[in-house]
Amino acid sequence: MWDYVKLVVLGVIAVFAAIAANYAHDLPYQVNAIVVMLAAAITFIWVARRMGEPVAVAAKNEYNDGVVRAGVIATAFWGVVGFLVGVVIAFQLAFPALNIPGVEGILNFGRLRPLHTSAVIFAFGGNALICTAFYVVQRTSAARLWGGNLAWFVFWGWQLMIVLAATSYVLGGSQGREYAETVWYIDWWIVVVWVSFLLVFLGTVIMRKEPHIYVANWFYLSFIVTVAMLHVVNNLAIPVSFLSSKSVSLFSGVQDAMTQWWYGHNAVGFFLTAGFLGMMYYFVPKQAERPVFSYKLSIIHFWALIFLYIWAGPHHLHYTALPDWASTLGMVFSIMLWMPSWGGMINGLMTLSGAWDKLRTDPIIRMMVVSVGFYGMSTFEGPMMSIKAVNSLSHYTDWTIGHVHSGALGWNGMITFGALYFLVPRLWNRERLYSLSLVSWHFWLATIGIVLYASSMWVTGIMEGLMWREVDANGFLVNAFADTVAAKFPMYVVRALGGVMFLTGAIIMCYNLWMTVRAQPAKAAVNANNFVPAE
Amino acid sequence: MDLYTVLRHFADSWMLLFMTLVFVGVVFYAFRPGSRKAQEEAATSIFRNETRPAASAAEPAASKLKEA
Repeated sequence: MWDYVKLVVLGVIAVFAAIAANYAHDLPYQVNAIVVMLAAAITFIWVARRMGEPVAVAAKNEYNDGVVRAGVIATAFWGVVGFLVGVVIAFQLAFPALNIPGVEGILNFGRLRPLHTSAVIFAFGGNALICTAFYVVQRTSAARLWGGNLAWFVFWGWQLMIVLAATSYVLGGSQGREYAETVWYIDWWIVVVWVSFLLVFLGTVIMRKEPHIYVANWFYLSFIVTVAMLHVVNNLAIPVSFLSSKSVSLFSGVQDAMTQWWYGHNAVGFFLTAGFLGMMYYFVPKQAERPVFSYKLSIIHFWALIFLYIWAGPHHLHYTALPDWASTLGMVFSIMLWMPSWGGMINGLMTLSGAWDKLRTDPIIRMMVVSVGFYGMSTFEGPMMSIKAVNSLSHYTDWTIGHVHSGALGWNGMITFGALYFLVPRLWNRERLYSLSLVSWHFWLATIGIVLYASSMWVTGIMEGLMWREVDANGFLVNAFADTVAAKFPMYVVRALGGVMFLTGAIIMCYNLWMTVRAQPAKAAVNANNFVPAE
Repeated sequence: MDLYTVLRHFADSWMLLFMTLVFVGVVFYAFRPGSRKAQEEAATSIFRNETRPAASAAEPAASKLKEA
């Protein structure tokens, strides 16, 4: 019966999507409607072919790891895609000829840039967060994921969102809100998937067998709840038409800008920080095989971060139409944030106290430690750049881009790689990784790549900031904008090469993980997650 | 007074005080007497139930802590 309902719903969606594609007002909407139609049709066929087959009963005494495995694969895949697009646009900036005339308006920098940011943040980072959240919440709650196949809906719903966003961006679908470019109907779909994610996570926490909610789950939960709130408020908009990708924001002027950066900075704060701190608080102690340095500190770290982060957004709007008091408020809270951030960093690093020798022998723990180190570095750099005087030099320059990437590649990237190396042997029940020396290769390529990236962006950012403000004796600006562009060329090449190294490392990781599953002998099976029939 | 002004005054007076007190309360709660044992148990929970969910709610906790 339930299957028939599914078929009817999927069929209706496919038909309406086809009609919408026919009457679409613009190309991104039309292509998105075709993607939705295809997705509904494929799911329809999949459901239809499985009808009447006996339904596998989920074993209560086993974890739901299938969806985590899928998430690990998706994370690795989207990671490589996102890094690749990043490398392409880095070369486009260095060599504008790479904005190839034949595909102008599709594959030029302006269209590929949101594709890169969304691919690395929401596809790579998002999949990493969803799959590790599912893994961690089960282990620390000692309970199977709540909601049965709802977790699979979250996984596939998120992949559909990624494909819709990617096809929309390159064809010009955009709200023009940074890190929230997805157009209104994709925003609605994100809400549906995200609420399902919240239900699965919260349901598992509520059904837990452990008395305490482990600190990693606090971070994951705050990430899920806050991102839901930010996403809904930032995307309040009225569509121009049901058949158009265009919409008009409910806010206007400086309120609109402030809403956008309230969202934008907390996307960094809760998506790229709180969620990944959840990863840190689980995987670093697990890999080090000792509990977190100070559980008290982790509680204070959590609450201080929650109370402070939400106020920091205005530092993105220094010296704009934003009122002075709001700008100062954002600056003060950004500086205060330094303390909880470093509290968390110290907590992560000191977890290794008494086990520092593991740094020599275990490249995975080395990756995690460098990741926490980059977290510390970028959470010092960020507050410093939020100070108005510093910001007057750094804002709109490449320094900002360097800062973002030392955080994203160093902190988010490295902790995710560490988690993937941790997860794959366990999820596929393998004795160990295929090759530790390949992990070392990945580690050094990624680290040197980030160092090249960040240092070249510091040089070019400060240079460009100084060139913009340089005036001669009569008060005239000395440099034209094009002068700064010409001066930045060598640094842009270095940055692109840093990106190539980071991408190469990620490809090596994919090979290593692939061979771990393919070529390593399986351990003796423990339960049905390890591919033996349930008893 | 219009709504904006009312909310602003409320936000930077009573609400600010309330939030500060909640935060201070949380910090004190983390340091309350007897918290160490509960926190140790929470911190070591990641080393239990690695491959399978716990059979019952009663199982974890004290007995396993003593072994460690």
